[in-house]
Amino acid sequence: MRRDLITSLLAVVVLTAALGLVYPLAVTGIAQVVFPGQADGSQVKLDGRMVGSKLIGQEFKGRAYFHSRPSATGYSGDVTFFGNAGPNSAELRDAIRANLAAYLKLERPYDRSLTRDRVPVDAVTESASGVDPHISEANARIQAHRVASVRGLPLDRVEALVSDHTDGRSLGLFGEPGVNVLQLNVALEEEAPLK
Amino acid sequence: MAQGWLQIALFFAVLLALVKPVGLYMARVFSNERVFLSPLVGPIESFTYRVLRVRPDEGQDWKEYARSLIVFSLFFWVALYLILRTQGIQPFNPQGFGSGPWDLSFNTTSSFVTNTNWQYYGGETTLTYFAQMAGLTVQNFVSAAVGIAVVVALIRGIVARSGSALGNFWQDLVRILLYVLVPVSVIGALFLVSQGVIQNLDHTQVFQTLGGGQQALAQGPVASQEAIKELGTNGGGFFNVNSAYPFENPSGLTNFVELLLILVIPAALTYTYGRMIGSQRQGWAIFAAMSVLFVAGVVVVYLAEQHGSPAQHAAGLHTAAFDGSTGGNMVGKEQRFGIADSSLWTAVTTVTSCGAVNAAFESLTGIGGAVPFVNLGLSEVVFGGVGAGLYSMLLYVLLAVFIGGLMVGRTPEYLGKKIGAREIKLVSLGVLFTPLTVLLSAGIASAAPAAKQSIYAGINPSGFSETLYAYLSQANNNGSAWAGYTGFVQPHAPGNAGAYGLTFTDLLGGIVLVGARFVPILFVLAVAGALAGKRISPAGLGTMRTDNPTFVFLLIGIVILVGALTFFPAILLGPVSNGLTPRLF
Repeated sequence: MRRDLITSLLAVVVLTAALGLVYPLAVTGIAQVVFPGQADGSQVKLDGRMVGSKLIGQEFKGRAYFHSRPSATGYSGDVTFFGNAGPNSAELRDAIRANLAAYLKLERPYDRSLTRDRVPVDAVTESASGVDPHISEANARIQAHRVASVRGLPLDRVEALVSDHTDGRSLGLFGEPGVNVLQLNVALEEEAPLK
Repeated sequence: MAQGWLQIALFFAVLLALVKPVGLYMARVFSNERVFLSPLVGPIESFTYRVLRVRPDEGQDWKEYARSLIVFSLFFWVALYLILRTQGIQPFNPQGFGSGPWDLSFNTTSSFVTNTNWQYYGGETTLTYFAQMAGLTVQNFVSAAVGIAVVVALIRGIVARSGSALGNFWQDLVRILLYVLVPVSVIGALFLVSQGVIQNLDHTQVFQTLGGGQQALAQGPVASQEAIKELGTNGGGFFNVNSAYPFENPSGLTNFVELLLILVIPAALTYTYGRMIGSQRQGWAIFAAMSVLFVAGVVVVYLAEQHGSPAQHAAGLHTAAFDGSTGGNMVGKEQRFGIADSSLWTAVTTVTSCGAVNAAFESLTGIGGAVPFVNLGLSEVVFGGVGAGLYSMLLYVLLAVFIGGLMVGRTPEYLGKKIGAREIKLVSLGVLFTPLTVLLSAGIASAAPAAKQSIYAGINPSGFSETLYAYLSQANNNGSAWAGYTGFVQPHAPGNAGAYGLTFTDLLGGIVLVGARFVPILFVLAVAGALAGKRISPAGLGTMRTDNPTFVFLLIGIVILVGALTFFPAILLGPVSNGLTPRLF
């Protein structure tokens, strides 16, 4: 018993030092040398100024930008939580209904053929993280009409930018394709800046 | 959906391909043989024994083994609690967080020491980097190693023909860490960083967004914790939204790799088992039984989630997939994972006792959400936690042998060892302890007025699901959540100013966590002790085989009978009620 006590005490100290300090700090050191960009959050810059992380979605308002998916957290990157709306929640129904109406109201003037059954699910539902950096390709194709019109760019050009900033499935296999909203909007700003 | 099925099939194929090489490697490690890492790790290993004053070759019987394990875990419980209570004076605390409330710390400590990682708190809003590293990351390693050590001891007990020794706990612990968990975690962490998982000690980044607003991005040593969080089936997120957060899980590829990390050890241990008992077929039989239950779960979740939820349909949203849109229930799911990868993850994290999530469980459809309930109701024997899954499954194997023996009218025996009254009593206690804990604690929590404020969804099927799932998850040491349920109120996040715990919920959970982890471990080690040294009688014509499809079928039947039927009425009241009605609440 006494030996168990001594060894346990030593183990707490030794393992805490080895696994709790040496391991994470060594990984930090290597990561900072080998993958500094990724380790610090894959920052996106515009004119030398940090405007976000390519992995973290942010809020876009106004008609000149592609819009991110709805967020339960106000696109918070330091206080994250799930929306926790249940599948049979009347509040969820009302929220989706309102999102759907708002989406149609915003996009219909630029894409007359847009009907309710063509609205992709991601456009009107809250993501898990609250900062989903992506929207679906169908969602981006619809919004492209509006952005092209407002920015005075040919639709072809905006659609080309959309496909440039579409992250395909990893290795062509894993996950779903998604359009990176921040990077797409940065590209738009570079191409046709708002006055 | 074809592409989704392909991804799921591919995942299973890669997992299957890893079972033999990883299983073989672990068998060598547990048998104290030389492996390819020995030249590198061997000197560190002997140094560690010297520092810890361990005599590695000294065999321990089951009581000695259990005593070392319990004392070790108890010391670490105290250490972690102290770390969580002293945040204000810690280094690596750029946000200047103080400590959270004591009752929350009690729950969190119990949660991480038991390999559960149930979280009432959000990591990025409450914990210092020191606490995340020296407290939680350490527990991710050692609690996983403890689970694996127990199954190794049980296997030795099953194999041993003489004596009562089950090996040496300290040696098992050190070898599991040095040869398995640490090397894979280092490589896994660096791979994750290369794909975008952050790893730094910086202050929260605050900047002007492109659209003119302000955003603050929490930072931290995430990748080093992420790797062992998955590999050790721990599941406690650095961030509150866990592996749904892009800094923990940025792409389809990281998602795939993290899923493999979760399942590789539990799956490969079946091969290790076959190797150590000298009959691979026995290992594959267990693997087959686990796989059947796992695949069934994946299929149900995927179909249900792709169908969409009543709330979506009532809102007039079309949930069919079309070119450029995944369709389905995307509420609480990420675009880069879509329906297929979120469904696969949901099944993987609940068959194992990982509990990390990449989608919001509470937003799953009724039937899709019933699968995590059933998986937890099966007491985490379908692959299960590292070590814990296999040792729990072996209890079910013994139970199946006993029931099979009764059916054919012979004295039950397993691998030539007679299963007597003492063994079967211990097995029954080990099997029933966790389900009884769940029913008791969920019942108390449903009835107690003090637990009402923990519920988010109100008094309806979703609210009942929250309560039931909270205790299913904590008792089975899973750690995933119907996340509306809480034991912690934090009015001024980020930071712990003004935050308080919901004492009843935190304490009940903490007691459940510790009890349902360590009591079954004691029964398992007692079974190992009872089997060790039993004489092996040669197999005869009438011996019931335990490595053929008939036995696999029997085993699956027993698991479902004992596990799921215990919870059938309760699960009906929660997710299934949601799934069967288009009504909204």
